Amino acid sequence: MIELRGVHKAFGPKKVLQGIDLRVERGTSMVIIGGSGTGKSVALKCILGLITPDSGTILLDGKPVGGRVSSAERDAFLARFGMLFQGGALFDSLAVWQNVAFRLLRGRLKRPKTEAREIAIEKLRRVGLSPDVADLFPAELSGGMQKRVGLARAIAAEPEIIFFDEPTTGLDPIMSGVINELIREIVVEMGATAMTITHDMSSVRAIADNVAMLHDGVIHWTGPVAEMDAADDPYLRQFITGAADGPIEAVR
Amino acid sequence: MSALSPVLAPVAAVGRSGIGLLALVGRLTMFLGATLAHMLRPPFYWREFLFQLMQIGYFSLPVVALTTLFTGGALALQIYDGSARFNAEAVVPQIVAIGMVRELGPVLTGLMVAGRVSAAIAAEIGTMKVTEQIDALTTLSTHPMKYLTVPRVLAATLALPVLAAVGNIIGILGGYLVAVLRLEFNAAAYLRNTVDFLEASDVVSGLVKAAVFGCIVAVMGCYHGMRSARGAQGVGRATTNAVVSASILILAANFILTGIFFSE
Repeated sequence: MIELRGVHKAFGPKKVLQGIDLRVERGTSMVIIGGSGTGKSVALKCILGLITPDSGTILLDGKPVGGRVSSAERDAFLARFGMLFQGGALFDSLAVWQNVAFRLLRGRLKRPKTEAREIAIEKLRRVGLSPDVADLFPAELSGGMQKRVGLARAIAAEPEIIFFDEPTTGLDPIMSGVINELIREIVVEMGATAMTITHDMSSVRAIADNVAMLHDGVIHWTGPVAEMDAADDPYLRQFITGAADGPIEAVR
Repeated sequence: MSALSPVLAPVAAVGRSGIGLLALVGRLTMFLGATLAHMLRPPFYWREFLFQLMQIGYFSLPVVALTTLFTGGALALQIYDGSARFNAEAVVPQIVAIGMVRELGPVLTGLMVAGRVSAAIAAEIGTMKVTEQIDALTTLSTHPMKYLTVPRVLAATLALPVLAAVGNIIGILGGYLVAVLRLEFNAAAYLRNTVDFLEASDVVSGLVKAAVFGCIVAVMGCYHGMRSARGAQGVGRATTNAVVSASILILAANFILTGIFFSE
């Protein structure tokens, strides 16, 4: 279970998070929606400790995360997570299979090279890529394929918790649908806890158990996806319908 | 306050840039300290280290060789011309040797590698930062300082003395070729004069300098890359800053080290 309590973060004068409260139960899929630049990525990075919040607490299974921990504890903490980055964030200097098996080739989870490669190829197959992709380099792949490789890397070490940062951004509608379906299937079959940030409503409907709407640095609305359409929160309504007029001011 | 502000504005400006400079020195010192701390603690990424040794050391050889060859040749011509004014043409081999080994070999090697390697490191790490690859490394339980900075700094620190040694030899060869082919020196005598004249401290001091320059080159590349702002412009600026700061620091360090080595 992941819990955020009153998390604040500002970058200079810009207050990005202004007291986020959010609970994600074990084994459920939470999707955070909100406009660009509302701090969705910052929230995820705070949980992982990539960004240190200014105040507030983040609990993982009731224990606070962050602070001063030994590198072994930090390793053990990070080993529970997998993350799919917005642009894929594949390492350009490594072949696809080495990207997927990155965690399995070094550190605590190190395995023999042949075994790591086999696992990588199996994970690539799981995300719908053929084994001959394994020896290509990330620059040789299309955007959709890079996303899939990123997904394979995120699940390679069988994490309990998976974060997806805008999984469908920059993909065509069909490829978006395929990625959404894959994410849903994988999360369900692994029994993982998932947190996704997106502004793509088709992703929300495909992936979410619960939805949280982030606006102006706070969670404006949260609840099960089934109740989303019936909710009368004007911010949420405007976001779902994509109306230009409403409480959320669009910069034109 | 407002009445005094025109008077105080220059003071404030001096203070601001002074604080900015101190902050930069502090950040660099902390970066170097963190690099050393990570160097001493496992894991050590051998593959990365050996790859960087190839990239920084081996692939810099042509650049260093050409630079020092031409410089050695030019040095011989200049010294011949200058020393002829007081009939001391015979010192050409000695001055070329000492000039190359103590100063020009290490400094030129450092500057050429600063251009080639600092830029490449800053651009690569900056791009990795901008495309979230650095964050991805962390989430994959790999510390970016250990995986990216340590191998580069160590490889550059070890490769530069070797490159400088090669540069020294090629620079002296450049001087020799010019002296023998153009200035009609006796080949055997030129070489004997060079070898007899040089002392171990001349060579060693130059190589120590080169090691320091190597450290500077890699640290500047990594530091500016890691702090790169977003976008192509951010990476471009990081690259420029890396090369400029590495070059200036090399020249400053050279002055300080020369002062320390030959102060008596």
